[in-house]
Amino acid sequence: MQNPLDSLWGTVIVGVVLTVILYYVVKSLMGA
Amino acid sequence: MEFLPSISRWIHFLAGVMWIGLLYYFNFVQVAALKAAQADGTAAGISKHVAPRALLYFRWAAVVTWLSGAALLGANFMDAFLFRGSYAVIGMGAWLGTIMLINVWVFIWPNQKKVLGLVQASDEEKNRARRIAFLVSRLNVALSFPLLFFMGAGPHMAVFYGG
Repeated sequence: MQNPLDSLWGTVIVGVVLTVILYYVVKSLMGA
Repeated sequence: MEFLPSISRWIHFLAGVMWIGLLYYFNFVQVAALKAAQADGTAAGISKHVAPRALLYFRWAAVVTWLSGAALLGANFMDAFLFRGSYAVIGMGAWLGTIMLINVWVFIWPNQKKVLGLVQASDEEKNRARRIAFLVSRLNVALSFPLLFFMGAGPHMAVFYGG
């Protein structure tokens, strides 16, 4: 499997997905 | 003394723009430019005159960004890093920034020194260093997305409460 960080678009997608995941992590940490 | 947080925030923005701006320059411009320059034999111009200067501002802007961010958190520094209450939002940004700073100084800069010939390295070591620096730099680009979201979300907490 190709490393997504090898392409710019792959990197952007990883960044956006990570943002969504961490958003829910922080939301649950806050009990919101 | 009440102007100190504003000054810290101003410095944090200035240094942060320089840090992330240069990170995006490396990843969105220089990587592709170097490949094209290698093809027509002009890569030395970038690797000798541009990259070392850009890396100088890049790594020190990272330090100034982190220190001014820590100054901004002030007495709430531990609340942020321990994700206490609503400080979890800025805390996530602070953790991401800290990881990215470590990436710059522990992985990117030492490996770039080998790639640029600032320290002695065999061809094999240079190739390995190039790959590590590239991947960690790309990782920092990916981490900058949530970093900027959480840094910017502070004054807009409704996004976390659905209100």
